[in-house]
Amino acid sequence: MRRRLAAALAWLWRYAVAALVLRASRRRTGYRERELPASPRAETLTAALLFAACLAGLAFVAIYAFDDANTQLLGLSIAVALGLIAAALILAAAAVVPQETLEEERPRFADPEQEEAPVEDSAFALREGIDGVTRRRLLGAAGAAAGVGLGAAALVPLASLGPAVGNRLAASPWKDGVRLVEENGMPVKADDLAVGSFLTAFAEGADKEGLATSLAVVRVRPEELELPEERADWAPEGILAFSKICTHAQCAVSLFRYPLFAERSPGPALVCPCHYSTFNVLDGGERIFGPAVRPLPQLPLRIEDGALVAAGPLSGAVGASWGRVREEG
Amino acid sequence: MPMTTRRVLRTVESRTGGSGALTKALRYVFPDHWTFLFGEVAMYSFLILVATGTYLALFFEPSTAHVVYHGTYAPLRGTEMTKAYASALNLSFEVQAGLLIRQVHHWAADVFLAAITVHLLRIFFTGAFRRPRDINYYVGLTMLVLAVVEGYVGYSLLDDLLSGMGLAIGNAVALSVPLVGGQFGVLLWGGRFPGTPDFLSRLFFVHVFVLPILIATLMAIHLALVARPHHSQFRGRRQKEGNVIGTPMWPAYALRSLGLFFATAAVLFLLGGLVQINPIWQWGPYEPWLGTNGAQPDWYLGWLIGALRLMPHFDIVIGDYTLIPNPFWGGVLFPGAVFGFLYLWPTIERRWSGDRRPHNLLDRPRDNPTRTAIGAAVFTLVVTVFFAGAADRAFVQFGVSYEFQLWMYRALAMLLPVVVFFATRATCRHLRDRGGHPARDSGARLVERPREASRPLSRPARGYEPRGTETAPEGDARPTGTTKEE
Ligand code: FES
Repeated sequence: MRRRLAAALAWLWRYAVAALVLRASRRRTGYRERELPASPRAETLTAALLFAACLAGLAFVAIYAFDDANTQLLGLSIAVALGLIAAALILAAAAVVPQETLEEERPRFADPEQEEAPVEDSAFALREGIDGVTRRRLLGAAGAAAGVGLGAAALVPLASLGPAVGNRLAASPWKDGVRLVEENGMPVKADDLAVGSFLTAFAEGADKEGLATSLAVVRVRPEELELPEERADWAPEGILAFSKICTHAQCAVSLFRYPLFAERSPGPALVCPCHYSTFNVLDGGERIFGPAVRPLPQLPLRIEDGALVAAGPLSGAVGASWGRVREEG
Repeated sequence: MPMTTRRVLRTVESRTGGSGALTKALRYVFPDHWTFLFGEVAMYSFLILVATGTYLALFFEPSTAHVVYHGTYAPLRGTEMTKAYASALNLSFEVQAGLLIRQVHHWAADVFLAAITVHLLRIFFTGAFRRPRDINYYVGLTMLVLAVVEGYVGYSLLDDLLSGMGLAIGNAVALSVPLVGGQFGVLLWGGRFPGTPDFLSRLFFVHVFVLPILIATLMAIHLALVARPHHSQFRGRRQKEGNVIGTPMWPAYALRSLGLFFATAAVLFLLGGLVQINPIWQWGPYEPWLGTNGAQPDWYLGWLIGALRLMPHFDIVIGDYTLIPNPFWGGVLFPGAVFGFLYLWPTIERRWSGDRRPHNLLDRPRDNPTRTAIGAAVFTLVVTVFFAGAADRAFVQFGVSYEFQLWMYRALAMLLPVVVFFATRATCRHLRDRGGHPARDSGARLVERPREASRPLSRPARGYEPRGTETAPEGDARPTGTTKEE
């Protein structure tokens, strides 16, 4: 008897709870809108799109199986397959499955300025963890010290990534007597250079990819030259050599502008295609336009047995500027 | 319900106790607004990048060892090149479907960054960066920075002429960092540009492992931080601060979003198949002494090239020491300032407006004219500089004088943002005061007028309730504790 009563009470209790929960949840659920749009037509169409996607996928496989598969056809077939699946899914989302608009309650987060209660528990739990520990400062400092030591040890191996920079970046192969050669290793002949022509040369025997190795060699009419006094003999027969690497951001200075009508157009200049820094070749590579700041380093030349030879080192540091670039040289 | 589904659910529940969470996830509500799709497009592009990138990595060889090319592409036969470039050529010409996948990968990167950018604009102009979403906004910005770097590193790997020119400039920008630049550049490249053979394998590792993992991790955090406070939503008849109204995840939203994934993939494969991108065989291999005129980077770097072009030619030199070389201005300072602005904006706006409350209801751009005007001005500046980046193309292709363009862009970069600021602010105020929708009929009335979010950033509109009178619509300001509920 008592057991029956207990069971009945338990049931009653459960119903009460359920009713309460239902009421509460009904109040919480709020707005809901539901529609069942499914129709045989929409379902058939969705299925048809998916079957078509299957065919397009198989078409991709077939095209792939050919030797020398055509990129356009491959792309087209797989794109059609993907597009058909997309269409099927979007159609299904809009016209097959139930259309629902729901209201959902947002979780509430505590306002740091107004409510403190929600974090009290975790603050307490954290604090409990150091109950009875007296020398907290000492332990904290020791932990921080360990972190600093280990952090330093973890960072230091990064230094292995590259050499120390010292006070210069690039070793230049150019010094008195080094011959200028073309890409195929043949010496550059003065006679091969017509007035207004432009050629890339390298230091004989040096690594071609070295930043300071490559030169832009141009020829102008000697009477045009306006070189500063100390460079008066750097350009025999009007032949000038400059580092080919732009002093702005190290692109190759690969354009030479040589005007046909000197009166009406600006003078001969080397132009960098990256941001159009323009260097006047007549006065020894001074910048006349563009974002570069330093002039193009010039190489003094002389002619030996008709071939071009360096008469000394480059006039400045090659490549982009960095802290000590103006001490290099 | 089929028995198997039941069984699967029971298995899940008995092993993880997760069916409650699953139910909740299935009922998670997504507000309906088209501007919410850009973030999804970005996420789906990333998935496609990972998938196509994995395929490419099976064939690409990041090695600077030199080989002589003997492949299918006749014009380059007999040319000496690195294995990296040669393997990229083989991938394009010999590997079946290789070119398709490579082009899809490249397009996906461009779309990924475009989608992130548009998504960012949406977040900015609707005030979605405010509490409780401010941290998530920083996470998103960080992903954008990483994505730009990832894209740059990606196309630098191929060792074709354009990628080499890009790296030369990148190296110059690294060297230009004040005080530490020289050492910094040397460490990254393993020596003086063009660097040691290690450099390419470093790039490869960063591109296929370090950055993707960082981006994926941040993406997971990003999604979690979106879902925790639930999506923000635009103001409406039923939309309150304390609720979300929209389509539940299951079934309609899941299908729709999956549809968007396939649509994104379809477009990318269509582009990859039909629209050529980065035909590396045309440029030839990179050597430090080679350059080409009219070269353009991928679009998301255009604003940096533009900044490098526009800056006047000066270094800061003390004695013989070059404290700040020129590439620093365009390559570091400008992007630093733009991203600095974006990172700081939530703080600036909070300080300025005094509004520290959480906001789950979005502003329309007009609701906060000053914010919208400032954002529009900064955006205009970036876009102007971006176009300046293409000045050489306009010169090479259409013969517009480069020097003229440069001065024009310099003037525009200073003037346009100011003009845009005032024009935008005036337009926003006008629209807000009129209360209608600009594109629809002028008789439309908002059911609920937005309150000025806070102490007005600008002149309050007629008919608006001043702040603090607690006339918020029911539930509107609940989380702040200023309404009747509390
Ligand atoms: S690299 Fe030559 S102008 Fe910038």
